[in-house]
Amino acid sequence: MNFLNYFRSQKKSSAAVAKERLQIIVAHERTTRGGPEYLPMLKEELLAVISKYVEVDREAVKIQLDRDGDCEVLELNVVLPEVESQAKLR
Amino acid sequence: MARIIVVTSGKGGVGKTTTSAAFSTGLAKAGHKTVVIDFDVGLRNLDLIMGCERRVVYDFVNVINGEANLGQTLIKDKRIDNLFILPASQTRDKDALTLEGVGKVLEELSQEFDYIVCDSPAGIERGALLAAYYADEAIVVTNPEVSSVRDSDRVLGILSSKTRRAEKGEEPIKEHLLLTRYSPARVQKGEMLSVEDVGEILAIDLLGVIPESKSVLNASNAGVPVILDQQSDAGQAYEDAVARFLGEQRPHRFLSEKKGFLGRLFGS
Ligand SMILES: Nc1ncnc2c1ncn2[C@@H]1O[C@H](COP(=O)(O)OP(=O)(O)OP(=O)(O)O)[C@@H](O)[C@H]1O
Ligand SMILES: [Mg+2]
Repeated sequence: MNFLNYFRSQKKSSAAVAKERLQIIVAHERTTRGGPEYLPMLKEELLAVISKYVEVDREAVKIQLDRDGDCEVLELNVVLPEVESQAKLR
Repeated sequence: MARIIVVTSGKGGVGKTTTSAAFSTGLAKAGHKTVVIDFDVGLRNLDLIMGCERRVVYDFVNVINGEANLGQTLIKDKRIDNLFILPASQTRDKDALTLEGVGKVLEELSQEFDYIVCDSPAGIERGALLAAYYADEAIVVTNPEVSSVRDSDRVLGILSSKTRRAEKGEEPIKEHLLLTRYSPARVQKGEMLSVEDVGEILAIDLLGVIPESKSVLNASNAGVPVILDQQSDAGQAYEDAVARFLGEQRPHRFLSEKKGFLGRLFGS
């Protein structure tokens, strides 16, 4: 490695930062794309209902619309918090 | 039956009109009867870039409204055989275009031409949707910059859901990435997204990379599509892209800067 590379490797290049940010936002926008307009609202209301019973954070609720042949499948995925699920088992 | 190509981007000012002018000229030069349509109603500019602004009599909206026929409206290019321009209206607003009206005009043009190039307005609203709706192929013009790449991705979403081919469940629009205003030197310094970065994010076929070039402004000053400036890097890059579009294999040029003395000394 020559000495210029040594200095370069100290800090992530601005292009690398741009790429990373783009990958995240594009991936996020793709999951909500093409779905019906009510999907974000549906997600909010579901989140509110679930929060009445268990304490979950926003990231724990994933809602996704898939196409399976002619039919559309709404997939709801809720990750329950560790302590909560243990408490229920007792 | 013509192939309909939309030149689109989402973000404004990235090079759609420059590309539409270059591409249509390149296709016509290759012997294909081509018409290029300005869909930017209210902000007509393609006529200036093509150098035919003083010959505009009627426009796209006049044809849709039946106030003029295509024969009276199409402007025949003075330099290239087989090339015609359909200018946008300067005075109407963008609601003057209707899906049905656009469809009818495209169908009539389809009888006559091999290629119809649609220069889309910026945005993802009505005007851009109309330009893309009937397309068979799309050239997604992108600059190596975060907001342009993100907008291109949104445009790809629209192409695959809100267009005729999508609605009819036909074979999807063929999508091509054209990366423009590329500066190899800045990419090398880590200041600009590379063609590999953008390709990885958008994940569509790479049609070409057009370097950032002074020749583009010179060409627009003169009203000559840059592809006709065969000495210029941008002109040659557009020529390569057209050839690839027509099925030829050509290596990508202008992806790296010739290294200066210091660059050679230190390598990298
Ligand atoms: N490869 C290039 N090198 C240098 N300048 C360029 C290049 N491509 C385009 N430009 C410049 O960028 C500006 C915008 O180009 P152009 O009008 O083609 O973009 P556009 O996408 O059609 O814009 P709009 O969204 O407003 O319709 C012009 O000034 C043009 O000269
Ligand atoms: Mg334009």
